[in-house]
Amino acid sequence: MGKRITIDPITRIEGHLRIDCEVDGGKVTKAWASGQMWRGVEQILLGHDPRDAWTITQRICGVCTTVHAIASVRAVENALNLEVPLNAQYIRNMIITAHAIHDHIVHFYHLSALDWVDVTSALKGDPAKTAQLAESLSSWKGNSMHEFEQVKTRLGAFVGTGQLGIFTNGYWGHPAMKLSPEVNLLATAHYLQALDIQRKANKIVTVLGSKTPHIQNLAVGGVANPIALDSQSVLTVERLLAIKGWIDELADFVKNVYLVDVSAIGAFYSDWTKYGAGITDYLSVPDLPLDTKGTQFALPGGYIKAGDLASHHPIAAFGDPYFRDGVEESVKHSWYKGGKGALHPYKGETDPEYTDFQDNGKYSWVKSPTFYSRPAQVGPLARVLNMVAANHEPTKKYLQTVLDTVGSLAKTTIPVSALHSTIGRHAARAVSCAVQVDELDKQWGLLMANIAKGDTATFNKPVFPKGEISGVGFHEAPRGVLSHWVVIKGGKISNYQAVVPTTWNAAPRNESDVPGPYEAALLNNPVADPEKPLEILRTVHSFDPCLACAVHVLDPDNKEVVTVKVL
Amino acid sequence: MRIVVLGVGNILLSDEGIGVRTVEKLMRDYVLPPEVEVIDGGTSAMELLEDLGHADHLIIVDAVCSGKPPATIIKLAGAEVPVFFRTKLSPHQVGLSDVLATLVLMGEQPGSTTVIGVEPQSLALGMELTPAVARQLPEVVGLVRSELSALGMNLAARV
Repeated sequence: MGKRITIDPITRIEGHLRIDCEVDGGKVTKAWASGQMWRGVEQILLGHDPRDAWTITQRICGVCTTVHAIASVRAVENALNLEVPLNAQYIRNMIITAHAIHDHIVHFYHLSALDWVDVTSALKGDPAKTAQLAESLSSWKGNSMHEFEQVKTRLGAFVGTGQLGIFTNGYWGHPAMKLSPEVNLLATAHYLQALDIQRKANKIVTVLGSKTPHIQNLAVGGVANPIALDSQSVLTVERLLAIKGWIDELADFVKNVYLVDVSAIGAFYSDWTKYGAGITDYLSVPDLPLDTKGTQFALPGGYIKAGDLASHHPIAAFGDPYFRDGVEESVKHSWYKGGKGALHPYKGETDPEYTDFQDNGKYSWVKSPTFYSRPAQVGPLARVLNMVAANHEPTKKYLQTVLDTVGSLAKTTIPVSALHSTIGRHAARAVSCAVQVDELDKQWGLLMANIAKGDTATFNKPVFPKGEISGVGFHEAPRGVLSHWVVIKGGKISNYQAVVPTTWNAAPRNESDVPGPYEAALLNNPVADPEKPLEILRTVHSFDPCLACAVHVLDPDNKEVVTVKVL
Repeated sequence: MRIVVLGVGNILLSDEGIGVRTVEKLMRDYVLPPEVEVIDGGTSAMELLEDLGHADHLIIVDAVCSGKPPATIIKLAGAEVPVFFRTKLSPHQVGLSDVLATLVLMGEQPGSTTVIGVEPQSLALGMELTPAVARQLPEVVGLVRSELSALGMNLAARV
């Protein structure tokens, strides 16, 4: 048996995720993903008015506030068969895309790029050479020698203070860091620029949602934004034009910086196309509805089995029985009372039963969802592959751009199959972001055109029947498929389950003891130094893990929360 | 002058929500001058950069585990605050400490930061504060008001 490594918690993520690996001969031979916090917030919802559920669910997590709000109203609307006015769909679609763009930029630059980029090496970069390299790749205005000089000075001063702050937990100088000082300087400059640009996406959410981080404008049946083009207090032409300006700035950055950086980093780390595939069954749902019923969507979704794009099965509409009937969750390896086999979310139970960490028994608070009894990977890679399989032209275009850029830098041809990997998930996230930024612009145009027609409707009033009804609301969130499942009796919630993206990806072994996507992706992952398991972090971070509902208590006595324990 | 009062925490975990409950009460009971921005930050992080940037004074209200008896109120100011934030104090890896560090990197850090904390009695699932912590709510709000008043901002009660 090899060495056992425990990483608890995995750094730079939301919530408490513990990863255990057995390492033998420099490679991972066994892996376990364990959610270390109980996620039972659904129980709070029991007995509540379904119209209020979204205000509660958006408190599940600090990163995914809007997505839980959206999925929740959709679940109740699905149960009521309630149509949503076009303006409301467009406004929601803009919030969804702006949030996704924000999330993807922050994930790449601020939460995961430092697994690949050595900030301290950037201090040795030559600004002139960096500018030369940058200008050969993109026409971005922030790529001048002057800019890189400034960044170097600023970074030097920051590092000179001895307090690395957000850079404290990096594995600087690790042998797996392969970028030249110039590429490191380039990426660090864009890291700083990204801090600025992500605010624009957040501003769009703030204006449309009335507030962030918790939007106020949703309602079961539509949105609460009155549209009156001549009023100061509501959605005015002036506000809509400000949004358009931010969209254009975001588009410039995403296409000329983010897509290019991902391609460049991908080319320098092309060996990482060999690691991290894991589960290649991919599930995504369609999103950005274009009609009041939710039967036509700007972005298609579906299911791909065993990495074969030809096997793509579309998911066509809100409440599609193919999706609704395919989802189950097992608690065989999770700290809940079980024994009933995998259960459909309408019948889902969340009764805690904590044991110790048992390698072959229960070891996680995360349940194990399956789609037609198989684990599935969700997230940008699943989204992009399903959109390519569905012949979605914008996705195909941006994917080809990335593959061509990587190919020309690495002097080889990169096939689509290279995406089934750790670095492939980063590439797919950037492609998804470019598609979303174009779509944000389109939804803005659709909203303007619809208002110009004289349609100012934003809300259909929900009416609850006396008996029992149930509904599923799904949303293709930044991290992948999010579904909320609600059962309503006499106008009150009688069951509620949220199957979140990280539940799919961080799933423990399922009813048939098959490992989940993180666990499978870690097998054969290289580990040069078990004391500094950077490579494990790379693969786990590529999924953009977010274990919702972590507590947020400050603990002054806890000197070191992040521990790497080598057993 | 720009002063930000930021309440943080998860309102689904009983006393964890004390920071949010404090700013809710503050907004409900008092008229806020334009210089004072009161934010319900929930458990968010990077989303708060825009609101926290370039603040002259930042007052944070949060649940704090300091090993003192439940419902104890603590206040940290000046040199105590950086020490408090130096280690990862929150299970949120991209938490408030990272937002503040990022503001330093961007040269937009607040002129002063004060933390008002309450020791939680329970972090169990639920949307209500425990009675012991709930009883402290007026005093916590009072502390925020006196901080503001020391900065020249006297809040008038809503009628």
